[in-house]
Amino acid sequence: MNTLSHLMNGFGVALQPMNLLWAFVGVTVGTAIGVLPGLGPALTIALLLPLTYKVDPTAALILFAGIYYGAMYGGSTTSILLNTPGESATIVTSLEGNKMAKKGRAGAALATAAIGSFVAGTIGTIGITFLAEPVVNLALMFGPADYFALMVLSFVTVSAVLGSSAVRGLTALAIGIFLGMIGIDNQTGQARFTFGVTELFDGINVIVVAVGLFAVGETLYLAFQKSSKNQDDEVIEVKDSLWMSKEDWSRSWKPWLRGSAIGFPIGAMPAGGAEIPTFLSYYTEKKLTKYPEEFGHGAIEGVAGPEAANNASAAGVLVPMLALGLPTSATAAIMLSAFQSYNINPGPQLFATKPELVWGLIASLYIGNVMLLVLNLPLVGLWVKILRIPTPLLYGGILVFATIGTYGISRSVVDLLLLYAMGIMGFFMRRYDFPTAPVIIGMILGPLAEQNFRQAMTISQGDMMTFLTKPISASLLALAVLALFGPKLWGMMRKG
Amino acid sequence: MSGEQAAASAPRGLAKGDLGIAVGVVVVGLIAAWQTTEIPQSAYAAVGPRAFAWATSAMLVVMGLFLVKDAVTGGWSYETDDFGEIDWQGGLWLLGGLAVNAALIDVIGFILSSTLLFLFTARAFGSTQLVRDTVIGFLLAFVAYVGFDRVLGYKIGSGLIERLI
Repeated sequence: MNTLSHLMNGFGVALQPMNLLWAFVGVTVGTAIGVLPGLGPALTIALLLPLTYKVDPTAALILFAGIYYGAMYGGSTTSILLNTPGESATIVTSLEGNKMAKKGRAGAALATAAIGSFVAGTIGTIGITFLAEPVVNLALMFGPADYFALMVLSFVTVSAVLGSSAVRGLTALAIGIFLGMIGIDNQTGQARFTFGVTELFDGINVIVVAVGLFAVGETLYLAFQKSSKNQDDEVIEVKDSLWMSKEDWSRSWKPWLRGSAIGFPIGAMPAGGAEIPTFLSYYTEKKLTKYPEEFGHGAIEGVAGPEAANNASAAGVLVPMLALGLPTSATAAIMLSAFQSYNINPGPQLFATKPELVWGLIASLYIGNVMLLVLNLPLVGLWVKILRIPTPLLYGGILVFATIGTYGISRSVVDLLLLYAMGIMGFFMRRYDFPTAPVIIGMILGPLAEQNFRQAMTISQGDMMTFLTKPISASLLALAVLALFGPKLWGMMRKG
Repeated sequence: MSGEQAAASAPRGLAKGDLGIAVGVVVVGLIAAWQTTEIPQSAYAAVGPRAFAWATSAMLVVMGLFLVKDAVTGGWSYETDDFGEIDWQGGLWLLGGLAVNAALIDVIGFILSSTLLFLFTARAFGSTQLVRDTVIGFLLAFVAYVGFDRVLGYKIGSGLIERLI
């Protein structure tokens, strides 16, 4: 009952005309950048972070959440019509979606993706609504030692468990923690890793790192790649109706629900990641379908399920972000830094101190989902036009915005050079198959982990055993060790 | 799993590119360790500013050594290598554009500098339509400047064109 009355108050905030406008701008921008290959929500939110100096927190966060949800919708349009996934989480959608489009069923594929996204996004948002308070109540029992252990667990899962290689994931994480440590240590006032450069005393802005890795890095990668220039990827035209047939509906609704059921819990776990649930959903649908012969040639279940899983897990990621202050994706980490720039710390206290902000944000997600359904179905033709922007102009534009996002906040060429350095690092990380999300997560979460570690050590008067004698902290650390070494041990046991 | 199988069937040997990256990670870790020794100790806190700095440096060095081990036993990047042929011309046009932008932005201002960056980038991606790219680049930089600086309150600074508006 309490939750519902909070949610009602939230709608009171989210339905204010200005906040509706921010949500609308957010979902529109989000869809556009989701559609454009090479642009993602993490990058876009990073570019817009300086807005936090200008607008109030509720408005900014509604905008950012709209971008986040919108990108998930827009990404599917690209995967279906272009076969170049706009978002890493929509790779699976292109497997069946693009085949459907090639067979003249683009409309049906877009429809099941959009409606599935809506269904899953709404289920996911309901999940946030009702899961947030239990998680908050749980989190209220957490002390600094427990928080530190939770962060360690999350470090391990985002970098070592989800990627293709634990070593490369942890390397990326360590680089992120290193970058996050640059500057004045705010507990002792000592400068760390600044190499005597005055500009580094305030630390490196996460905008510079995110935009460098995602925008400049991607552009460099493609510019140096010969094959990126002679792509004759044709945008497939939507010829059939956007109304799904009766058969399409009956084949779609179960995958939507199953996809949501797979996506939300995985997203909500302190591991995050939207790719794994989409793959899981794809293989589930492939197993359960009555039309196995269609898989690989455009089976609608293979679009409906993964799209739902993708959106539900995107919603799930917001649970640890809001209730624990624990970001488990690059986008969530950048949203967390948006909170930080208002001196707001997401976590259990936030629900008590700023209910109108949290619940307004959650309510705006329901509204955003409705807006997105309208934006992405009847107006799909608009987004197809965006897909036709020639690559030279697209990447020229991306770099102009990258310049604004960095030089535009500090007017410092040092930041511009740092941006380029991050871009070159991003190039090599992409070339040598290192994940980039752990860099951002490490950069944002590293300082928080250190802060909690120090607080815990102060409380325990310097006794390290505090992390092992507290039950919550000890079990979380045990889980982290298991997640790190478990797969390897399991493999050795099976062999031996 | 599949990675291990692929590694087993691949010819074992030194992967030069991978080794370069691996050694780079070790070097960054060593630099971090050296910088950690430069952090003044603090007597007031239970955990000083050095503890996490040491831990991070150690993590970088250890991960780097694991990568070195991977690189000398065949490397990893061939598994996912979809890069193909290198386009030096495109890449150098882009690097040139970035350098021009960094060199000129303080002098001629964001709008003109970004127009140049836009032109160089478009050229890097194979466009030869100089007039179209100049017009679009200028308009985009102009609109972006007005939108972000004047409306949204970013501080992009002044320049040759900026002074006139």
